[in-house]
Amino acid sequence: MQNGYSTSNAPVKMSARKVDVFYGDKQALKGIDLDVPARSVTALIGPSGCGKSTFLRSLNRMNDTVRGCRVQGEIKLDTLDVYDNSVDVVQLRARVGMVFQKPNPFPKSIYENVAYGPRIHGLAESREELDAIVEKSLKQAGLWKEVGDRLAEGGTGLSGGQQQRLCIARALAVSPEVILMDEPCSALDPIATAHIEELIDELREEYTIVIVTHSMQQAARVSQRTAFFHLGILVETGDTKTIFTNPSDERTQGYITGRFG
Amino acid sequence: MTQKHTVKAYDDDLKRLGTMVVQMGGMAESQFAAAIEALVKRDSDKASTVVQGDAKVDVLRNQLDEFAIDLLALRQPMALDLRVIVSALRISSELERIGDYAKNVAKRSLVLNQSPVVRPVSAVPRMASLVQAMFKDTLDAYISHDAAKAEAVLLRDEEVDDMYNSLFRELLTYMMEDPRSITACTHLLFIAKNIERIGDHTTNIAELIVYAVRGQIPKDERPKGENADIAVLDK
Repeated sequence: MQNGYSTSNAPVKMSARKVDVFYGDKQALKGIDLDVPARSVTALIGPSGCGKSTFLRSLNRMNDTVRGCRVQGEIKLDTLDVYDNSVDVVQLRARVGMVFQKPNPFPKSIYENVAYGPRIHGLAESREELDAIVEKSLKQAGLWKEVGDRLAEGGTGLSGGQQQRLCIARALAVSPEVILMDEPCSALDPIATAHIEELIDELREEYTIVIVTHSMQQAARVSQRTAFFHLGILVETGDTKTIFTNPSDERTQGYITGRFG
Repeated sequence: MTQKHTVKAYDDDLKRLGTMVVQMGGMAESQFAAAIEALVKRDSDKASTVVQGDAKVDVLRNQLDEFAIDLLALRQPMALDLRVIVSALRISSELERIGDYAKNVAKRSLVLNQSPVVRPVSAVPRMASLVQAMFKDTLDAYISHDAAKAEAVLLRDEEVDDMYNSLFRELLTYMMEDPRSITACTHLLFIAKNIERIGDHTTNIAELIVYAVRGQIPKDERPKGENADIAVLDK
């Protein structure tokens, strides 16, 4: 088995070493070693139940909220030990943001959806500063042109694709370093999906992105590194190009060519 | 990979594509063999049949390419499947070229039949049978997904090059001795060159087989014979 250490020269933003995750007695992840290179997109693929979402959620301790969930091993964000007792989980999740499968805007205005994070984290000292953050985040999320003139309208009134980009803008508003995306396009049509993928491609200049996707084509399109999970283990990881043209492991080959899973 | 696709029709499609490649390979193989036979036996009827038969190779080539492109668009293949389909597309164009060279050999033998026998015509079929053996092994390697067998073919191209080079020198001597033989010798020289090119395209196919099976184009480190026709020009 190939290990998950980064082979490229890119600096490592997040790293996992010997990570085991349990839900009660059931072990969901076994001994995961994986490096997430900075300012690039890492795709996690694998059949349902393989542990890829569990791994994603352990990166910003979203699993803390799951009853009976235990994480062993070491996960680091730069030099910070993510599971250290002294870590403020709210601060951690500001640095490691998350976008979910289904767009979940707050039942508030578009403006408030984006302004909420910076406000509770005290990132803006004045109304002008907050306005600037909202505008910048919406622009980065590629939504400003569509909603810039109706910020007071409800976020839930937008189309699915727009709602998802609003959620990305909300994640961006607190200036995260890493963005975790859990199947961000699975509820969207192909055009909205293309918008998100284009956005991901732009965002990787500034942010480190980890994306879980069930669409192999999407993983191939948006990521630079791909990690294949199966039955709770990391089977293979490598440059996306290599994984999709010439994977080393039979299981990876079987999965990406549609022979199981 | 012996494991089957979850979608059975995909397996059927890939099998069909493989059958088309083998069918086209068989066609090119018999066109080539018939062209050489027509040359050796001075059989103009056979040569004409080869010339006309090339259109069939082209038709199959178009069908194969179309089907491969459909597969790319509809199945969005990955990894081994992707390599198999892409190499089928490329093998089809190599086979098409081989068909063209066989046709050209047949055309020239039609012209040769109108002049007296040139002596080294015996060296040409020897060279041809060497290339035919390489071609047969390449097709076998394709059918059995045998990268090692395909790699072995790559090493044999040097011998063909050497034979071509000595034939080239020999024919030059004849032409100098007897200028009346220049027309025939020139045609024979082109025929030899065509056969040598068929050998090159055969090694290209062998490389593509290695790529499809292993995921890597073999490194270009095989021995190359000297280039007599260019070496002579330099002097």
